[in-house]
Amino acid sequence: MEFLASFFDQYGMLLLDGTVDTLVMTVLSTLFAYVIGVPVGVLLVVTSPNGLRPHKALNTVLGWIVNIGRSIPFIILLVAIIPFTRLVVGTSLGVPGAIVPLVVTAAPFVARMVEQSLEEVDGGLVEAAQSFGASTWQIVSKVYLRESLPSLIRGVSITFVTLFGYSAMAGTVGAGGLGDIAIRYGYQRYQTDVMIAAVILCVVLVQVFQTAGDVLARKIDKRR
Amino acid sequence: MIEIKDLNKVFEGRGGSHHALRDVNLTIEDGDIFGIIGQSGAGKSTLVRCINLLERPTSGSIVIDGKDITDYQGRDLLDLRAGIGMIFQHFSLFQQRTVLQNVMFPLELRKEPKAKREARARELLEAVGMAGYEERYPSELSGGQQQRVAIARALANDPKIMLCDEATSALDTRTTVAILNLLKEINEKLGVTMVVITHSLAVAQKICNRVAVIDYGEVVEEGRTVEVFANPQSSVTRELIEHDTLSAVVDVKKEAE
Ligand SMILES: Nc1ncnc2c1ncn2[C@@H]1O[C@H](COP(=O)(O)OP(=O)(O)OP(=O)(O)O)[C@@H](O)[C@H]1O
Ligand SMILES: [Mg+2]
Repeated sequence: MEFLASFFDQYGMLLLDGTVDTLVMTVLSTLFAYVIGVPVGVLLVVTSPNGLRPHKALNTVLGWIVNIGRSIPFIILLVAIIPFTRLVVGTSLGVPGAIVPLVVTAAPFVARMVEQSLEEVDGGLVEAAQSFGASTWQIVSKVYLRESLPSLIRGVSITFVTLFGYSAMAGTVGAGGLGDIAIRYGYQRYQTDVMIAAVILCVVLVQVFQTAGDVLARKIDKRR
Repeated sequence: MIEIKDLNKVFEGRGGSHHALRDVNLTIEDGDIFGIIGQSGAGKSTLVRCINLLERPTSGSIVIDGKDITDYQGRDLLDLRAGIGMIFQHFSLFQQRTVLQNVMFPLELRKEPKAKREARARELLEAVGMAGYEERYPSELSGGQQQRVAIARALANDPKIMLCDEATSALDTRTTVAILNLLKEINEKLGVTMVVITHSLAVAQKICNRVAVIDYGEVVEEGRTVEVFANPQSSVTRELIEHDTLSAVVDVKKEAE
């Protein structure tokens, strides 16, 4: 008990700061990844050969961009886009410096997940909506997005957890966060206790968010 | 009145082209319950989907109440579709919406005020015998109940025409009869013209005043239901009748077991 008390006295603030940094990085990059990924995913579905507005060129080019984005390993992307990161947020360091590469790597991933969720929507429902005179935009918003909402929410928790893991790697650009703490203290200073505490925090946070996502998705899903 | 003139539909696919409809000419009068029968793959769905332009005809024209709608685009197209109700074999209700929200959907598209569309939806649910189910989800309903809701939804915009693609094919006999009675009632009370696809002659006999038989995309026979069935002119129709009696016999046997 005493050990724990003195441990938290010494490292409590550090771990709290790390948790906040990790959450800020993960939440914001998930958010921005969706701001970009949802429209791209919708476009991929709408412009596909069997989509509402087939457009071969646009669909192919978008597909390429998404695939290229997904094929670059994060750790390389992190360094490779430093000039771009500086351009966008003014620095390549710290939490803002980490969010840019996190968004760049997650947005194509999100686009594909959104595409997949929307493709799962029964074509019969799209046709029913068309038969009532729904416009393309109405079908996207009132049928595709609405009917796939449980699946989209599951995607959000997957993205969140993935970015949570990636944000640890972003520690290498001095982004801070729990991953950074685990590496600095555990690997570089051999303070195993701090490393273990950071890792436990990661595990708990991931469990909490994954479970929350699952519960929410199940709760709003009205299918059998 | 729906006039279908020299309608052709050719699907261009990877494996070549497929002539799904050939020189179809049909006139469907106001107030008709018009049956379209034929074997699987004959082109029934394609024909009916041309009426609300879910399918674009390759050539020919569709004239509704004197207006040639064949080339409608944009707003005109959406308004045309809104004025034609449609129901489907597998009901196609929105799974994430309540019964009430499903029925309000077509009104939501037309941006009707909330209070108005809710009142209208409740009235329609009452009319199809689904009052009390407003807050349920489709997954909590039987097939027959789902089709009733789908019918209410199809009626939301006060259509003058309703298209029914195998609307009772997924239902058992008793439920089929109940749904057919409902469709007939709607036809009589509201004067809605119905185009009913079915491969069951029993269904056609029960509610259709006229039928067309199509085979390989061609209309092989057309006329008043009683006449077509009493005195079939084409071998296809005779075959369908034979088949139907056959399946009736099989049904009776099954029930006896
Ligand atoms: N989008 C499409 N692309 C290519 N071929 C199609 C397409 N839609 C239908 N067809 C073909 O057109 C023909 C007629 O199809 P349709 O769906 O109209 O038949 P149907 O009479 O409704 O059959 P069923 O009783 O099985 O529903 C079939 O041979 C079908 O394979
Ligand atoms: Mg069909």
